Amino acid sequence: MRPALAVALALAGALALPLPAGAEGLVASLTNHHVMITSNFTGENVVLFGSVERDATTVARHTSYDVVATIVGPRQSLRTRRKGRVLGIWVNTSARTFVDPPSYLAVLSSHPLDAITSADNQRRLQLGLANTPLPELIHNDVGEVMNDPFRAALVRLMGERGLYSEEPNAVTFLTPTLFRATIPLPAQVPIGNYTVDVKLFADGHLIAHSDSAFEIVKVGFEQFVVNAARDHGLLYGVATALMALFTGWIASIVFRRD
Amino acid sequence: MQIFLPIADLPVNVFLVFAMGIAVGFISGMFGIGGGFLMTPLLIFIGIQPAVAVASVTTHVAASSFSGAIAYWRRNAVDITLALTLLAGGIVGSATGVGLFTWLRALDQLDLVIELSYVILLCVVGALMVTEAARAIIRSWQGKRAELRRPGSHAWFHGLPLKLRFKRSKIYVSTIPVLVIGLIIGFIGAIMGIGGGFLLVPMLIYLLRVPTATVIGTSMVLTFLTMASATVLHAVTNHLVDAVLALILMVGGVIGAQFGAHAGQRIRGEWLRLFLGLLVLAVGLRFGFDLVLRPPDLYSIRAMEGAP
Repeated sequence: MRPALAVALALAGALALPLPAGAEGLVASLTNHHVMITSNFTGENVVLFGSVERDATTVARHTSYDVVATIVGPRQSLRTRRKGRVLGIWVNTSARTFVDPPSYLAVLSSHPLDAITSADNQRRLQLGLANTPLPELIHNDVGEVMNDPFRAALVRLMGERGLYSEEPNAVTFLTPTLFRATIPLPAQVPIGNYTVDVKLFADGHLIAHSDSAFEIVKVGFEQFVVNAARDHGLLYGVATALMALFTGWIASIVFRRD
Repeated sequence: MQIFLPIADLPVNVFLVFAMGIAVGFISGMFGIGGGFLMTPLLIFIGIQPAVAVASVTTHVAASSFSGAIAYWRRNAVDITLALTLLAGGIVGSATGVGLFTWLRALDQLDLVIELSYVILLCVVGALMVTEAARAIIRSWQGKRAELRRPGSHAWFHGLPLKLRFKRSKIYVSTIPVLVIGLIIGFIGAIMGIGGGFLLVPMLIYLLRVPTATVIGTSMVLTFLTMASATVLHAVTNHLVDAVLALILMVGGVIGAQFGAHAGQRIRGEWLRLFLGLLVLAVGLRFGFDLVLRPPDLYSIRAMEGAP
């Protein structure tokens, strides 16, 4: 009885495994885990690289591998507003609140997403900007709105700022198993923690994935100013006002003409 | 050369911001105004969030008007009694204005109110100044002496009780209209994020008949007092004053203001008023067009306040 149960359990366990023995492994890493915002920061690139691990037992593939990397920045609620004409002037007439959308979202892939996997899979795995959930506040509820022009505007405006992007050819394979991708961080990139989710596809199926993360921080003088302004508002304000008066006084001495 | 602004959260070209400081400083020194109504739109135009722009401009205006005030003080062109009386009214006005500001923001209509007040105020004030100055110029062409102070043309509010002699300005009027003017300036300043010098100068000239000799210096003293306190208030309440941005602006601003003040002394009063009127009118019309013309993008996004 006991050995039979053990065998049954082992069998059940083997069948429940998502990946068969001998499947590919995925190793990915970043060149930089701490992006420092200093006074000369004008944007930066973080390079993602990785390799597909194969061994003798790995099944032979007839097609090449595909990689989709999704980089998600810290979340913050946003309001998208639309202007309408009221009495001849253009004013904000309607608005939607998006609950905690990513402040940065980049989807980098080795081919267009449709060429990598089916639309069904894309939806299920939330691949690409179109399939990323961006829930809205509806009355007191939070939910996803289909075909919403406000959602489209949010994605477009964030895209114009370089904060949302979908790059179908950003991941390049250096060898059949070694790949790299450049994550572009624009100057206005929000500070905080970023997650990097790398998915490996073959024949339209997800076969492995790997998570990593990096952090964007302000350092040195920038950090000092931000901390002072946030934690010691009164002191910061008085110091700034005194700085203004001092500058004005210095100028009146320097430019004195008598 | 690019520098990253810590509070505004974006890099800007130091020389561009510096040049903007000099240009606005020149204008402010010349006309005796803070220049906030010019600087705030310029900063928004280069991509700085409106709230940070308004808060940091107050600091810039404080520096710029302080150096101007010192220059006028040395020439005995400041009426300190008048400035302090205006300030007393201004404090009450600012407090009321900040209250309305908070209420409008809660209603999501603050942007519209700010834009509309810019259009209405700047267009009306600009048009009035241009007409008045043009009349004065035509009068002087016709060989008549420009009458700035018309004796006997006292309005009813000059005779109200609590009369006070403002020695340096050589006027003897009730403090009530002075306090009311201070109140209006403080109120409008809090709503629009401006010092209000461009409103104060004509009000002092036309309503109180303050001579041109002391009006600019007095306005500068009032502006630096209100803007220095506004800097502290902004820093305490919403932590949006960008000291780095303010420093670049103010260094440019004080340099420009010195040259502007000297240039202003050489230009005749009515021409100065005409140029300032045209400038105010132009900014007002610019805001007006923005409201009337179909915007290139109907949508805009805004980060929610209070979120981390």
